[in-house]
Amino acid sequence: MGLFHAIVFLPLIGAIIAGLIALAGARARHPGGSAASGAEDHAHDHGPHIHQPLPEHGAVIHDTHDESHTEGPPAAGSRLAEIITAGLLMIAAGLSWYAFVSVGFQGNTARIAVLNFITSGDLKIDWAIRVDSLTAVMLVVVTTVSALVHLYSIGYMADDPHRPRFFSYLSLFTFFMLSLVTADNLVQMFFGWEGVGLASYLLIGFWYQRPSANAAAIKAFVVNRVGDFGFAIGIFALFMLAKSTDFETIFAAGPSIAGRNIHVFGHDFNALTLICLALFMGAMGKSAQLFLHTWLPDAMEGPTPVSALIHAATMVTAGVFMVARLSPLFEMAPDAQTFVMFIGASTALFAATVGLVQNDIKRIIAYSTCSQLGYMFVAMGAGAYSVGMFHLFTHAFFKALLFLGSGSVILAMHHEQDIRNMGGLWRKIPFTYAMMTIGTLALTGFPLFAGYFSKDAIIEAAFVSKNPMALYGFLCTVGAAGLTSFYSWRLVFKTFHGKPHDHHHYEAAHESPKVMLIPLAVLAVGAVVAGYLFKDVFAGHHIHEFFRDSIRQDEGIIDAMHHIAPWIGFLPTVMMVVGFLVAYLFYIRSPQIPVNLAREHDVLYRFLLNKWYFDEIYDFIIVRPLLWIGRLLWKGGDGWLIDGFGPNGISARVLDASRNVVRLQTGYLYHYAFAMLIGAAALITWFSFAGPH
Amino acid sequence: MMLPAELLSLKPLLPEITLALGGMVLLMIGAYGGERATGVVNGLAVLLLAGVAGLVVWMPAEKVALFNGSFIVDLFARFMKVLSLAGSAIAILMSLDYMKGAGQRRFEYPVLVVFSTLGMLVLVSAGDLIALYLGLELMSLCLYVLAAFHRENVRASEAGLKYFVLGALSSGMLLYGCSLIYGFTGTVTFTGIAQAAGQGGVGLVFGLVFLFAGLCFKVSAVPFHMWTPDVYEGAPTPVTTFFAASPKVAAIAIFVRVAIDAFPGIASQWQQILVFVSLASMLLGAFAAIGQTNIKRLMAYSSIGHMGFALIGLAAGTAEGVQGVLVYMGIYLVMTLGTFAAIMSMRRAEGPVEEIADLAGLSRTNPGMAFFFAMLLFSLAGIPPLAGFFAKFYVFLAAIQAGLYALAVIGVLASVVGAFYYLRIVKLMYFDDPAQAFVPMPGMLKAVFGVSGLLNIAFFIYPAPLVATAAAAAKSLF
Repeated sequence: MGLFHAIVFLPLIGAIIAGLIALAGARARHPGGSAASGAEDHAHDHGPHIHQPLPEHGAVIHDTHDESHTEGPPAAGSRLAEIITAGLLMIAAGLSWYAFVSVGFQGNTARIAVLNFITSGDLKIDWAIRVDSLTAVMLVVVTTVSALVHLYSIGYMADDPHRPRFFSYLSLFTFFMLSLVTADNLVQMFFGWEGVGLASYLLIGFWYQRPSANAAAIKAFVVNRVGDFGFAIGIFALFMLAKSTDFETIFAAGPSIAGRNIHVFGHDFNALTLICLALFMGAMGKSAQLFLHTWLPDAMEGPTPVSALIHAATMVTAGVFMVARLSPLFEMAPDAQTFVMFIGASTALFAATVGLVQNDIKRIIAYSTCSQLGYMFVAMGAGAYSVGMFHLFTHAFFKALLFLGSGSVILAMHHEQDIRNMGGLWRKIPFTYAMMTIGTLALTGFPLFAGYFSKDAIIEAAFVSKNPMALYGFLCTVGAAGLTSFYSWRLVFKTFHGKPHDHHHYEAAHESPKVMLIPLAVLAVGAVVAGYLFKDVFAGHHIHEFFRDSIRQDEGIIDAMHHIAPWIGFLPTVMMVVGFLVAYLFYIRSPQIPVNLAREHDVLYRFLLNKWYFDEIYDFIIVRPLLWIGRLLWKGGDGWLIDGFGPNGISARVLDASRNVVRLQTGYLYHYAFAMLIGAAALITWFSFAGPH
Repeated sequence: MMLPAELLSLKPLLPEITLALGGMVLLMIGAYGGERATGVVNGLAVLLLAGVAGLVVWMPAEKVALFNGSFIVDLFARFMKVLSLAGSAIAILMSLDYMKGAGQRRFEYPVLVVFSTLGMLVLVSAGDLIALYLGLELMSLCLYVLAAFHRENVRASEAGLKYFVLGALSSGMLLYGCSLIYGFTGTVTFTGIAQAAGQGGVGLVFGLVFLFAGLCFKVSAVPFHMWTPDVYEGAPTPVTTFFAASPKVAAIAIFVRVAIDAFPGIASQWQQILVFVSLASMLLGAFAAIGQTNIKRLMAYSSIGHMGFALIGLAAGTAEGVQGVLVYMGIYLVMTLGTFAAIMSMRRAEGPVEEIADLAGLSRTNPGMAFFFAMLLFSLAGIPPLAGFFAKFYVFLAAIQAGLYALAVIGVLASVVGAFYYLRIVKLMYFDDPAQAFVPMPGMLKAVFGVSGLLNIAFFIYPAPLVATAAAAAKSLF
């Protein structure tokens, strides 16, 4: 089966080729030294001078909120790198749709062993491509969005001199993501999981000259470490109990594990619950759920296509995918499901409230993403895995559309991202406006648009679920639906309607090139039809025919969803309309109302504006103590104790000793003779008094 | 008048007789040929030493004692004699270009080396205190003269004088020790002393201390080492090379033979002396070398340290320990000659230089020399897989097996400190800005340098010849 090999490895080939072009270009740009050291120098040079305009790169540094591009000649072969990576991705995307039909609707599930990955004692891990319906859905989402983002980036990154590197990272990310979704065992999944984390780190910090981008990249990496710790613990525990990491084996062993206990910290815990919670911790980190969400808004420092691909459509949904993949385990761990729903519902509401008052166009969409991921986890917690996957699928289209559309806006506004400085743009960039409106309709759940089917299904699933958190989940998601509608329309109104606030930028605004608009159009089609076309297989009567064994789902929940009271079904739509009307009132009819509201409820406003003070709290309770401990161990532990009494101290004593010993060698003959006689005398004395007789 | 049959019984003495007669012939050639004959004398001396080495190897392997046990030929003697002869011959070869450059091309140098080597052979085979003293003095007298070979050079004369005065003092102590031992045992042969000594007594131990003091002086072990840095620095470099090579081998040989053959009954006493002396030598060698700026002085402390390591093997007092000593001396000889080949190549157009700083940036001015030199320094520091590591490994192993844990541990620590000053030279050669380049290396030095470097690696690949021969030699003593 060369088909799946091609899908997974074509992006890798593209990444390698583009990487080689980037290396060659870097070598040509820095003839004196290696490419890496040249890049380092740049970063270091600019680090300490953040607020001082520099002659060459000052523009890059002085306003860190702008997406700015480094000046300089483009790397040789940029066009080649673009064409190769984008072309390979399009081939992969085409093959993926074929595979989607073949696997999902014709039942050609496949498991292909590629190579023996690790063999050590009981641990036997094969590298295998596992393609079932669940994977096929992800394949389509990943390759399609990736291909469109590659295409879009050709236009968006046209001024950047480091394009080969950018496209190499994008393709590398796609490869890792594909190896994650085609994983046959947890270790291979972990490989992809860490790989996408690496690619995310590289792409968030793509403009490495900007300290804020570097900080955001590091933050994303470190916060994900916390989640990955849980993931790794989960894998270890599963291996301990099931003696395998293969999905088939651990699913088969699930019932036996469910009855066992693990003894930790002096208590016995249900083994499966503990494992699922640990694994879910990994999902929380990757999918930016509450408490581990702080990296996602900061990740917007990366180029906008990256935000669309990684931080909206694919990587952040890896956590959702993981829970769906492990549904046979989660189904047997109701306590873990309760927790999943609690976290998902809380995130959905929390992120929506924060999104209400943000002013950065990308951050609003980032919080929206966070919130929508929460919806997906609500579905997972409710046991409606297919419904969660449905939202993942539709969300990929309209959220990528929104991000790419906002990228088009940002480009039109010359890297202005603050919506307070926009307004009235619909006249200047009507196509982008239309696309953004379609994306917003889909996101807010306007009837017959994609989000309408998937989001409403989640709310219904939460309502009918037997999860103890079901009511909480239902209320949060319904509330979040209204808030989503409000902040989404707020974004549209403030950006495209009203009076322009920055006439200079407004006058210069222009529509993006076709290479960027075509992906928008394709995604818009998806955002309109993806829900209607696939509602039966994800949330209707054909779920089992489509997913078969790839997820384990209680069929009762779908039936229950179809027999709920009509007012429940209308509730999300009502919330959507209310949100729209309030946004219309606030930002079209009487723009004074939100200003006054913010003034009257200053505390609440600032609480939301500062994102519930999560960053500040973490800084206070985690970052500072850790820095303090680190500094203590560094200065006190390593510098003073270990170096002082270890290498440095010893070497200083050695030098002292050496100085004294050298002084013994005076050059005087009688000293030498004296030393000899003293030596002999000392030995004699020793034997006279202490020696054995 | 000896009968022909009796003359035949002197056959084991053939190498020494040949060397003595050959040396006299060389002296005649030199005396009558004058300066012009220097080249011939040099060449013949090397041939003579090589031929005698061949004779030594050709002699039957079984143990023979001549002159009522005062002259012993065994595998141990053979091993040490070959090392001494090889060291002397190579020292002469290495001196050729240097002596020519320094205007010191005299035939006396090879002749003195030959007679000194004769002394070493006698010393190595000595079976009683008289032969020991004879050999020691024959060797030392030549060395005193060699130290002051640049007689118009003040530093060389000072070195020779210091060496002579302190050497005389040490000989006095040694003789005093011999007389005490004779007084308490009534015999001078080692086997006789071993029988008469029994469990020993204070008087005998006093004699032992003074005898060992004299021997420690010859191997430059602390605290009888004080002459070493000054003489190494002051003497002409080829002479220093010779000093560092053969006499050390011979002195260690007689040290081992006296300790094992003459005083087996009071081993616990002399082990205490050796533990003290080897500890002091290793530590002083390591610590004092750090403060040096002159590379010959540094090598003096280096050789003090190495003698300390070698004596660890003897302190163990076992056959394994002696084997360790023999392996150590073999590897030490190779490393030392190679290192001195590099030191002698430190020559600029205006003359030889001796400062460590002159080696700065050698990797850029002469990468080949820097590479081999660095390898020899790593070997001296005892870093695997080079031979120097295995030299230390065998003696430490013997010490551990003999239960001398503290000695082995301190020895390892001392070698860590010692590694510093060797590695500092490597750092200087590879990471510092280049000093003025040296003139190209003469062919002979290049050959010695290259061979010693290769032997350092070869030992790791194929250690059996040296290790097995040393094991057989060590066994012949017990």
